[in-house]
Amino acid sequence: MAAAASAIEIPAPRDALAAKILRAIVRAPVQIVLAALGLLWLVPTAGLFITSILPASALASKGWWQIFSKPSLATWSNYDALFHNQGLLTALKTTAYIAVGNTLLVVVIGALAGYAFAWLDFPGRDWLFIVVIGLLVVPIQMALIPMFRLYDKVGLFDTWYGIALFHTAFGLPFAIFLLRNFFVGLPKDILESARIDGASELRIFVRLILPLGLPAIASLAIFQFLWTWNDLLVALTFGQNTTPITVWIAGQLREFGTSIDIIAPASFISLVIPLAVFFAFQRYFVQGLLAGSVK
Amino acid sequence: MSGVTAEPPVTAAPPPSTEPGRLGRYVTGAVFLAPAIVMLGVWMVYPAVYTIVRSFFGQQGFIGTWVGVDNYKHLFTTSTLVTAIKNNAIWVAVVPAFVTAVGLVFAVLTERVRWAVAFKTAVFLPMAISAFATGVTWRLMYQQDPGLGAINALGKTISGVVSPAGVLPSASPSTPALQTTSSGAMVLKTPTRPGSVALLGLTAIPPDQVPGGAAQAVKPAPKPGDVVGTVWRDFKPGGGKIGVVEKGELGLPGVTVELRNAAGKVVQSTKTQANGTFDFSKVPAGSYHAAIGAATFAKPFGGYAWLGPSLITPSLLIAYIWIWAGFAMVVIGAGLSAMPRDVLEAARTDGGTEWQVFRRVTVPLLAPVLSVVFVTMIINVLKVFDIVYALAPESTQQNANVLALAMYYTAFQGSGNFGVGSAIAVFLFLLVIPVLLLNIRRFKREV
Repeated sequence: MAAAASAIEIPAPRDALAAKILRAIVRAPVQIVLAALGLLWLVPTAGLFITSILPASALASKGWWQIFSKPSLATWSNYDALFHNQGLLTALKTTAYIAVGNTLLVVVIGALAGYAFAWLDFPGRDWLFIVVIGLLVVPIQMALIPMFRLYDKVGLFDTWYGIALFHTAFGLPFAIFLLRNFFVGLPKDILESARIDGASELRIFVRLILPLGLPAIASLAIFQFLWTWNDLLVALTFGQNTTPITVWIAGQLREFGTSIDIIAPASFISLVIPLAVFFAFQRYFVQGLLAGSVK
Repeated sequence: MSGVTAEPPVTAAPPPSTEPGRLGRYVTGAVFLAPAIVMLGVWMVYPAVYTIVRSFFGQQGFIGTWVGVDNYKHLFTTSTLVTAIKNNAIWVAVVPAFVTAVGLVFAVLTERVRWAVAFKTAVFLPMAISAFATGVTWRLMYQQDPGLGAINALGKTISGVVSPAGVLPSASPSTPALQTTSSGAMVLKTPTRPGSVALLGLTAIPPDQVPGGAAQAVKPAPKPGDVVGTVWRDFKPGGGKIGVVEKGELGLPGVTVELRNAAGKVVQSTKTQANGTFDFSKVPAGSYHAAIGAATFAKPFGGYAWLGPSLITPSLLIAYIWIWAGFAMVVIGAGLSAMPRDVLEAARTDGGTEWQVFRRVTVPLLAPVLSVVFVTMIINVLKVFDIVYALAPESTQQNANVLALAMYYTAFQGSGNFGVGSAIAVFLFLLVIPVLLLNIRRFKREV
């Protein structure tokens, strides 16, 4: 990227300092615009956070930016109250169960199938994989009504594992697609020598494929975790008293203005975990995104 | 997985080296695939078939009564569902194009700054947040009261500079003699001449809107050659006579009074004193009208109803683009960094301007990545649900309706119509089928 300023002729490149200054001047507008846009992008989230640390009385007539003129208003009391709110604590627990249980299932089942599609030869393999690719874009709506009825019949309705299983199924096509494509690219000779040494397929899977496939598995796990943690529709449909945090907050939305001291901190809590996961595993997150944006 | 485009390098799975026999291979494959096949079969394939069949049957029950294509007719004739289809069309027309364009611009711009990582993180952040929490976040931003909603607060600040609020935004005339014109000014109908007194009485001014420093109103004595008068709050607690300056009524200082000639042209203007009096001196003989200009009564900026029926969909689109711009930026950015540098350098050396290089070289080379982002966004937008549910208040959810929301409400709220609900789901499915075929074709080509 040495030539950002090449639109403007720099006559004497020997004069490095002058060229540098000139380039800095040319780039300044870009820098300023980007800085402004970056800040602009942060405003809504920052606004939510600041709202969450203001007392309800302060929010009745003035917006969150009042904190800049009166920083002493900030208080953790909303959060204090929420962490004594049994409803929210239960919702958080439910969310964690659903997200973790679902992620584990998707990773295990997806990796097994991904390995089969990549390294096992059996009749109808490509045909089956095409079905999986077809299922990638099937909207969730296609399953809501039948599964609602079925869940009711078999007792999966209003359970965290019912919700987790639904997510698992709809996460699988992407998981299989992602992992199969990653496993296919693994070095062939390692696998073959293991086979020649008489290792069973299961052993190869556990000892070779899983460790080698870790980057892809990490991407998948992060994605799946975030996707389930952030879900609203599935939990709304298949839960009644089993409510993850999104549904719990949605129940408060009717009184948006008056319950803002609950809604804002609860929303912020709901996004802290995904943000932490995102910051901790940003690299894997981006990789997964790049590999999977056909979904 | 260093994935450059959204299609990771797909190579055909190599043939197995060991030959445990056809049956053995079948069994091994089946064992590894069994859990996935069970999950996909029970949770995706069976329901999909059921939903397609169900869409031709009536409202209730496991299967209901055969109604043919009535559910589909219903979908295209019920006004709330038609709104949903229209809105989804707007989403598809606006969002993929905007997200791709914004992502492209961000990706190109961030290539030239050192702190690109910070910028990318800021823009990408919303991707990790749930669409639901985003809905809550933006609902906060969109509050109509400029005191509460950040966007309208900004609007108020701007409009405060462009067209500031008047001194007396809520005042109205106390007598019919003072008339409000279409421009918002108030004109005294009775003509005044030099040497006469013009009384401009106003009411409906709450105590906290009375300008500071207001004193007991005074009716000035006529002055030869001058037009004098008073602007006052023609109201005192417990009543009082309308149109008469009485004890206990306050003058309204700082109000701009105009003297208009017969043609309506302003010939003089002045400001009122603490007791409400004003004085136009040395007025040539003739007939005039005393008036208070429209600026005095200008209403303060009340805020746009972002969450109201007419703006709710644009508001949703903005919030949605805010979420997904980061996705486009990262995917396109990866495409950019994988682009052959020498081609770009060559174009620049040949004397192409930055814009020409961008337009003629960068964009065409990026076309596959751009199309992946575009198609991904179409799919996302067709299924949009959470953000509408969270951001649109109940009062305007009908106006913001989209297919996924309509499907949920139709099937699971109120009396619960599984027939029409299934039809909406199938309709959504039909809309994504082109992408489904595209994906399959891409895979077949690669094998």
